[in-house]
Amino acid sequence: MTILKLALAQINTKLGDVDANLEKHLDLIGRAREQDAGLILFPELSLTGYTLQDLTPSVAHSPTKDDPIFRPLLEASQEIDIVVGFVNEDNRHRFYIADAYLSEGEVLHVHHKVYLPTYGLFDEGRFFALGDSIRAFDTRFGRVGMLICEDFWHISPPYLLWLDGADILLLTSASPGRGLKDDDRLESARWVEHTNRAYANLFTSFVAHSNRVGYEDGLNFWGGGTVYDPNGELIAKGPYHEEALTFAELDLNQLHRTRARLPLLRDERTALVQRELRRILEANDGTAHTGR
Amino acid sequence: MVLDKMTISDLSINTDLARKILTGFIKSELNRVGFTRAVVGLSGGIDSALSCVLAAEAIGKENVLAVRMPYKASSQDSLDHAQLVIEKFGVQSLTIPITEMADPLIALDPEMSKTRKGNIMARCRMIVLYDQSESFGGLVIGTGNKTEILLGYSTIYGDAASAINPIGDLYKTQVRQLSRALGIPEEIVDKAPSADLWVNQTDEDELGFTYEDVDKLFYLLIDQRYRLEECVEAGFDQNFVRSVMRRVQRNQFKRMMPPIAKVSNRTIGYDFLYLRDWGT
Repeated sequence: MTILKLALAQINTKLGDVDANLEKHLDLIGRAREQDAGLILFPELSLTGYTLQDLTPSVAHSPTKDDPIFRPLLEASQEIDIVVGFVNEDNRHRFYIADAYLSEGEVLHVHHKVYLPTYGLFDEGRFFALGDSIRAFDTRFGRVGMLICEDFWHISPPYLLWLDGADILLLTSASPGRGLKDDDRLESARWVEHTNRAYANLFTSFVAHSNRVGYEDGLNFWGGGTVYDPNGELIAKGPYHEEALTFAELDLNQLHRTRARLPLLRDERTALVQRELRRILEANDGTAHTGR
Repeated sequence: MVLDKMTISDLSINTDLARKILTGFIKSELNRVGFTRAVVGLSGGIDSALSCVLAAEAIGKENVLAVRMPYKASSQDSLDHAQLVIEKFGVQSLTIPITEMADPLIALDPEMSKTRKGNIMARCRMIVLYDQSESFGGLVIGTGNKTEILLGYSTIYGDAASAINPIGDLYKTQVRQLSRALGIPEEIVDKAPSADLWVNQTDEDELGFTYEDVDKLFYLLIDQRYRLEECVEAGFDQNFVRSVMRRVQRNQFKRMMPPIAKVSNRTIGYDFLYLRDWGT
């Protein structure tokens, strides 16, 4: 398959009301399917809302066929691939911010957020466990990788996914809007767009970002989902601050053309990276890294 | 950054974007708790005019009740300017004088200070607004801006009381910019800010500095996270910086719920943590 029609579901959520949010998911999945989309990408914590605090344990689910929330989603994934955001409780009762990739009735992959911002207005480390792996995985559209919000403020997760074979980065977030200046978008929107475009350029890959909208108390979420192609060109963009279902057609042959021109992946010196990284970590002089 | 190179334009905002975010906030935060209407105390000043106009744009002018609440010593200008906003933006309105509420309490103490009288007036107005909230079926929209909240230049449980505040993250100079863009009459935008609690009171006389100066300082201190000594290096007078910081610190109590003494394992405010929008 050479064209992937991708739908960015830029939604508002009800805080802690998973049933109501599920209904909205099923509705949008239906609308995306009517438009022949092959994949629909929901934002971070799309089934629960973002600022969960003490609601966290009561909105957690496991992505299995027995789960009342995942059963209808897995059924819907017979027709269209789906990425949803949720709180995952593992069998030792640790709670993770998670994305699940559902396809043809199966859970292909679950990503646990590895970077939990706990500074400024963020307090995720207080309520959630840290994810501990970054893996690309195969889908019917090729090999992809998923990252959640703060995961892609750090350059290493997208870099690892690239080396692990991902040609499409699926990024999700619930990014609180901030930095109102004399510009037609918030600073938070500008930062994320610069970063994602840079990833598309540097990794000669597709980079799709789905961000939520709406308000939680005084926080606003700015939406503005984007898809960049392997040349770093913007091929789709959702509106700011409004619910929307935005479609993008990803011509997967663009990977061939871009990488023929710009063989950054071919030339990447991973063994050099590994040697230098080992040296830096082993020096352990307390200045170069945190050692985590 | 050197102060004389820093202009007030560093504080300028995109007014279309501000309008979109703030009207969206009002509509969302009212609707999700089952309200479609709002009540605003309209003083004749710029802050309440802006909150009123944003509310009208968010939920429709017919759903906004602007309440004028003059005291016998209030200036006629205040009343007239509030009326300008009501007429220009077509919101519903009501005038409820507070003199007969406030005076019996004020009369109990012939020695009463201006500050005490001012606080009584502000709290009488709060009572009127919350009564109209119940009667009109709308939430009270706050009218305090970021400068005023940081300085604590308000009466706790008086003008500081509201259900939601759309303008509390805008400095006074940004309130002026947005008000101009929304078409709030020039005479309101340009006049000297005043709480109008006594004759010829103005904010800037009482505070001892201008909003423009303190907003520039706050922009460095709060938004840009400058240290105090860096603000002085940037050109602000050391005593000014210190006295403003003291004010901000001394008034922290006005920005918080009263602390609860913790004795149990789970206590409201410390480890019972839910947003107000819980479940909506």
